[in-house]
Amino acid sequence: MDDNVTSKPQLNFFEDTGGRKGIFKWILSTDHKRIGLLYFYSIISFFMVGVALGLLMRLELLEPGGQYIDANTYNSAFTLHGVIMIFLFIIPGIPAVFGNLILPIIIGAKDVAFPRVNLLSWYLYVIGAFFALSTLVFGDGPADTGWTFYAPYSVNTSTNVSMSVLAAFILGFSSILTGLNFLVTMHRMRAPGMTWMRMPLFAWGLYATAWIQLLATPIVGITLLMIVAERFLGVGLFDPSLGGDPILYQHMFWIYSHPAVYVMILPAMGVISEIIPTFSQRKIFGYKAIAFSSLFIAFVGYTVWGHHMFTSGMSGSARIIFSILTFIVAIPSAIKVFNWLATMYGGSIDLKPAMLFALGFIFLFLIGGLTGLVVGALATDVHLHDTYFVVGHFHYVMFGGTGFAFIAALYYWFPKIYGKMYDVKQATIAFWVMFTGFNILYFPMLVVGIMGMPRRYYDYLPQFHVPNIISTVGSWILVTGLIMVIINFFKAKKISAEEAKNPWGGLTLEWTVQSPPTVLNFDEIPTVTSGPYEYQNKEER
Amino acid sequence: MSSEALQHAHDEHRDDAASKLGMWLFLFTELLLFGGLFLVYSIYRNMNMEDFHAGSAHLDIFIGAINTIVLITSSATVAISITAIQKKHYRLAKGLLWFTILAAGVFMVNKYFEWGHKFEIGLYPGGDMFEAMPGGERLFFVLYYFMTGLHGLHVIIGAIIIGFVIKEINQGKQTYDNFAFHENAGLYWHLVDLIWIFLFPLMYLII
Repeated sequence: MDDNVTSKPQLNFFEDTGGRKGIFKWILSTDHKRIGLLYFYSIISFFMVGVALGLLMRLELLEPGGQYIDANTYNSAFTLHGVIMIFLFIIPGIPAVFGNLILPIIIGAKDVAFPRVNLLSWYLYVIGAFFALSTLVFGDGPADTGWTFYAPYSVNTSTNVSMSVLAAFILGFSSILTGLNFLVTMHRMRAPGMTWMRMPLFAWGLYATAWIQLLATPIVGITLLMIVAERFLGVGLFDPSLGGDPILYQHMFWIYSHPAVYVMILPAMGVISEIIPTFSQRKIFGYKAIAFSSLFIAFVGYTVWGHHMFTSGMSGSARIIFSILTFIVAIPSAIKVFNWLATMYGGSIDLKPAMLFALGFIFLFLIGGLTGLVVGALATDVHLHDTYFVVGHFHYVMFGGTGFAFIAALYYWFPKIYGKMYDVKQATIAFWVMFTGFNILYFPMLVVGIMGMPRRYYDYLPQFHVPNIISTVGSWILVTGLIMVIINFFKAKKISAEEAKNPWGGLTLEWTVQSPPTVLNFDEIPTVTSGPYEYQNKEER
Repeated sequence: MSSEALQHAHDEHRDDAASKLGMWLFLFTELLLFGGLFLVYSIYRNMNMEDFHAGSAHLDIFIGAINTIVLITSSATVAISITAIQKKHYRLAKGLLWFTILAAGVFMVNKYFEWGHKFEIGLYPGGDMFEAMPGGERLFFVLYYFMTGLHGLHVIIGAIIIGFVIKEINQGKQTYDNFAFHENAGLYWHLVDLIWIFLFPLMYLII
């Protein structure tokens, strides 16, 4: 089906500017691939700001006592680190970048359903990011509430909470529009013959994600607006001294923000489900189970928010119910992991960088998931609540999971998007540096958390010193690995490669089009006749 | 969906079913946005039954009822105008849309008098009468201003969108066989109407 593409090469989407000049080639383009790259460059920039803040915090925690920054700066640093990493990097990360770049191609469409809305969501993203970062310069400094903006402190503090909250609101709107766009795209624009059961699993991951973006985000939007109203008018919606209920704020916040955790991880699982079969050259094991487990995770994700509040004063039965529901999420997650492992069994595994990062994902996500059961269990959570164990846990899931999957996706689709190849050897070294640094950074947090070190403090007791030294050294190693990834990226953009059309032997539709893809992706919309991972029939195709 | 229908969706630049689906999903998010407020309202009402009762006694059921009638009528005119455009009665369609915008204006003027009166007697955060109220009653009024204010904002946005529909009819962009934007604007207006239908009894009528 790809013969005519190679026989008459067309302008790719980098060359075809749509008649625009200079920066307008990018910021006015409604091409999903250009928008995906706009997201990519902006997200990476903000990610580096977040990393710098993380490094600063680890540096401060190298020794007990205050050395480099004072307590208030530390509070602002961890809040801004959280806001940037959650709202600007992990939530939009894979859907906005790789969803935009790949989703239309992988389902055989020319673009997303609403290209102009797509561009609008990028603008909203940038405006939101500007609001979030402007707190560094304007007002009384960045919020010092933690990224959760818990009332009533967020109402009373003098720092620039309103701006951060408005930023989160606008970013939420951007997220809603992206999800809406993807949903309609997948419902209306799949190539002929691509039934739901032939849709690649990356698309399934985005499909489940999009429903969460759509159904959960408005709630946090209105909750954050209530915080703003409360700050400006002093009305007491969540302030107990004025008759409000701060616990209600926590409920409202986590009704969104727990499902949002699955916005962060489901697209990552989709990426892994693409990479594992390609680099094992084997049909994915349990296609339907993986597809439906995404929907199941999305569904159950709505019902577990209360596990963030075990120590906040809920009734005993509510806590037990939320604890049980939390355990249930482990089932679809484990279904995915076992299916990935079963896919690799007996396959011809090719340990290219993308596959290494995918395997790294599975390992780190396992630790993150299992420690999640520890904090999801009511009894152990009461001990571990607000300790470094929680910090270790969610960094294993968020960075070890989604972050590694993001880099895996980059290494997997880089040749497709740029038509160039990166230095595979250097990328492999970068993986091992990152993987080592990651575990040195975050594993001691689990230990020191069990020892009882509370999170969010800029100082600690002397008995926590050794794990903190190890952890800080780990942060340096991890950042070295990240820098290697970034350098490799910039070097790779200068090297051209002929084999970039399908370097890994993938079977999904994006590997049938030219690299970089043309503006309309396909000369002729392909007709799909079989599932996406039929590697056993590869010779016949 | 059949593969021919999918192919059709690809070949034609326009896909009315997609834009309608997108609009319905968007309206879903709007419902959830208000849903958060309804949730907070119901919880605080449950916590402060008597204060909420006393608070609602300050509201003017007459103005509320007039506004309800105005909105329901305007919702009907939008619906009729969609039928009118399908039958190529462009002048009638535009007239009905103008009527809808007028109704939105009447609604907002009523709202202005309603809010204005409350501000005059000091019934606002910081005002004398407000500050003298018990906590539950204050919460009632906070939610009243928040919910009717957000609804009013939607009325204004809806009226502006309908204005753009009229403009597009004039430019010949909305026609008898291509009226997706017109229909979506109508859907949005029905949402504005629907939310008011919940707000009115919750705020004014429930005792």
